[in-house]
Amino acid sequence: MATYDFIFDGLGLRSWCDADKTEKGPLSMADLLAKGDSGKESSLLDIPFPSLDALNESCGRVVQSRAMTKGVEEGFLAIKDVLRFVLDPITQPLSWLLEYTLLIFETVPWWIMFPILMIVVYLATKSIRMVGFVTICLAFLAFIDHYSHSMQTLAIIFVCACLCVLFGVPIGIAMSRSDRMQRMTIPILDMLQTLPPFVYLIPLIFLFSVTEPKLYGIAIILYAIVPVIRLTDLGIRLVDKDVIEAADSFGMTERQKLIGVQIPLALPNIMAGINQTIMMSLAMVVIASLVSAPGLGVLVLRGIRNLELGVGLISGLGIVLLAIILDRVTKAALDRVNAAQKR
Amino acid sequence: MTGTVKIAIRELYKIFGLDPENALKHVLDGVGKVDLLEQHGHVLGLQDINIDMHEGEITVIMGLSGSGKSTLIRHLNRLIEPTSGQVKVDGNNVLTYDEHQLRKLRRESMSMVFQKFALLPHRTVAENAGTTLQVRGFSQNEYLAEAKKWLGVVGLSGFENHYPHQLSGGMQQRVGIARALTSNSPIMLMDEAFSALDPLIRTDMQDLLLQLQDDLHKTIVFITHDLDEALKLADRLVILKDGYIVQQDEPQHILLNPCDPYIEDFVSDINRARVLKVRSVMSALVGDTPPADAHGEVDYNDTLEDVITRSGGDTSHSYIVTRDGAQVGVLEMTNLVRALVPRVASEASARKL
Ligand SMILES: Nc1ncnc2c1ncn2[C@@H]1O[C@H](COP(=O)(O)OP(=O)(O)OP(=O)(O)O)[C@@H](O)[C@H]1O
Ligand SMILES: [Mg+2]
Repeated sequence: MATYDFIFDGLGLRSWCDADKTEKGPLSMADLLAKGDSGKESSLLDIPFPSLDALNESCGRVVQSRAMTKGVEEGFLAIKDVLRFVLDPITQPLSWLLEYTLLIFETVPWWIMFPILMIVVYLATKSIRMVGFVTICLAFLAFIDHYSHSMQTLAIIFVCACLCVLFGVPIGIAMSRSDRMQRMTIPILDMLQTLPPFVYLIPLIFLFSVTEPKLYGIAIILYAIVPVIRLTDLGIRLVDKDVIEAADSFGMTERQKLIGVQIPLALPNIMAGINQTIMMSLAMVVIASLVSAPGLGVLVLRGIRNLELGVGLISGLGIVLLAIILDRVTKAALDRVNAAQKR
Repeated sequence: MTGTVKIAIRELYKIFGLDPENALKHVLDGVGKVDLLEQHGHVLGLQDINIDMHEGEITVIMGLSGSGKSTLIRHLNRLIEPTSGQVKVDGNNVLTYDEHQLRKLRRESMSMVFQKFALLPHRTVAENAGTTLQVRGFSQNEYLAEAKKWLGVVGLSGFENHYPHQLSGGMQQRVGIARALTSNSPIMLMDEAFSALDPLIRTDMQDLLLQLQDDLHKTIVFITHDLDEALKLADRLVILKDGYIVQQDEPQHILLNPCDPYIEDFVSDINRARVLKVRSVMSALVGDTPPADAHGEVDYNDTLEDVITRSGGDTSHSYIVTRDGAQVGVLEMTNLVRALVPRVASEASARKL
């Protein structure tokens, strides 16, 4: 006698429920537990929520909850092959890109890499102090023999952040131009941003083989692309209405308006988005070492697996240093843009 | 003074809301602005507007806040689409224009100056002023040269490479004017162009505009909520209230013959001696013989203030009015003094006695 028998009796569904009673579904965990203390009189406090499992007890025709998780899994496995057939060739360039960039960052000797990075930092920030700061940080990382791991991490972030900007800015622009597009995209962005990063990895592991770089590439891009999309959309929507009206009154085409007015005026916001995107790539690249992403994350992982406290802490420090470098450099570049167009 | 009609507005209606077509029927049935909003939830922006704007003249559209001035001027280059009516520029109805023709109109025939300047903060003063030509595909050298020339005209030589945020408000608006002039369009639309500036700078800018107009003879549509500014600039004054035209005429004529209590209120506080001109109060010369007892000659376009100064306040004087050297009329000081008292004010003081 189960709690919710009365519902099915009352609705006259008893015979429908018992039609295939012989073939009872597999025992659920609750059944097993209930077996132990059967016969006990149930009190009002013990009334279970009318969940699938509770209803199943009263009527064998109602499915159990685990059928749902199973259904999701089976559904995914069913479309997996088709999905892979489509996605595999499309995403293959990502694998190549990551492999080659990693190769380049690893093979270029440090005494060439350092000057290149210094020039890049100078072009972005126009500040000698910034160049000095970055050089000292990198030199420290190299000094404690974390140079190659740092370069691997940097290479992955470089590729993923570039791709995020490449795809994110146009998506943000499209969103800013159509309210419908915005309404459709925002829930997806919300989902991407709130899903725990580990959850991305699960379906990706089923789709691609773990040894392929694109596996972590996709995970990082999905996770990190959100801010640049959001802030591009926001930035363009926030552009002064009067200036847009002026642009229209001079007979600008949509293209001239976008390139000459909207993007430049939204640039501070877009840059802030890029800054966040880079920081999020860095966070994800550590988690991605679970699926064979090289870099400092591997050392962190080793620290956790083998309980090597020192290795874990020092590589953690390396990640912090990289984070500071990336953050300061992009912020300095952002400030430069802001200063140029303060009103 | 009346050239050909450059812009003609005919039976223009604009209603803001979800179903303007339907609301228009109510308006045509005589529902007013307040009732339309309360009963039908639509805002009556413009109502039966008919204006002829003549080539080479400054047409000033004046009205209080919310009277529909900005809405009206934005119909001329179709930044706002009307609910019904016609806007003709050089005889062509711009409301029938397709995208391409409309862009050509905005690029080549009209240029606009904005209340909040609307300059591009990331471009230099010269680049801003050149925008109107850059949009039309001119090369950088061409549009910068042209921009530099017009920046000189508005008194901003030497500031070409500054950024807008480095300039004062008055200077920024000079850039706005230079930008409109650079386009070389025959029509200039100015939406409260000087309202954001403080009074002294504002007077400077008005003088600048009049001086430019002397050389350039553009067709200017100027919007303001300031009567002094309107009277100073206008060749023709259109007074708007709640989206309809209360009176439109030559400013002198409106001042002397206000057709509505609303306008009488408006004009009663004005320094009339400074605004009214001799031509508005003189009597035409009968025959060819000027009166023998005249105390001298005054010009057709002198203000009454000038004449009072000359007469030393003696109301028995009379003057011969000349225009381009020819004698055209007689000015009796008694008429002049009478014109200085607004009609409402004289009635009000009469009632008090
Ligand atoms: N997009 C819109 N939607 C609804 N109502 C509008 C819209 N634009 C203007 N209005 C209404 O139309 C009327 C006229 O507005 P408009 O901006 O033309 O006034 P204005 O004379 O320029 O006033 P101001 O001197 O304050 O600039 C106002 O009642 C306003 O509320
Ligand atoms: Mg306005």
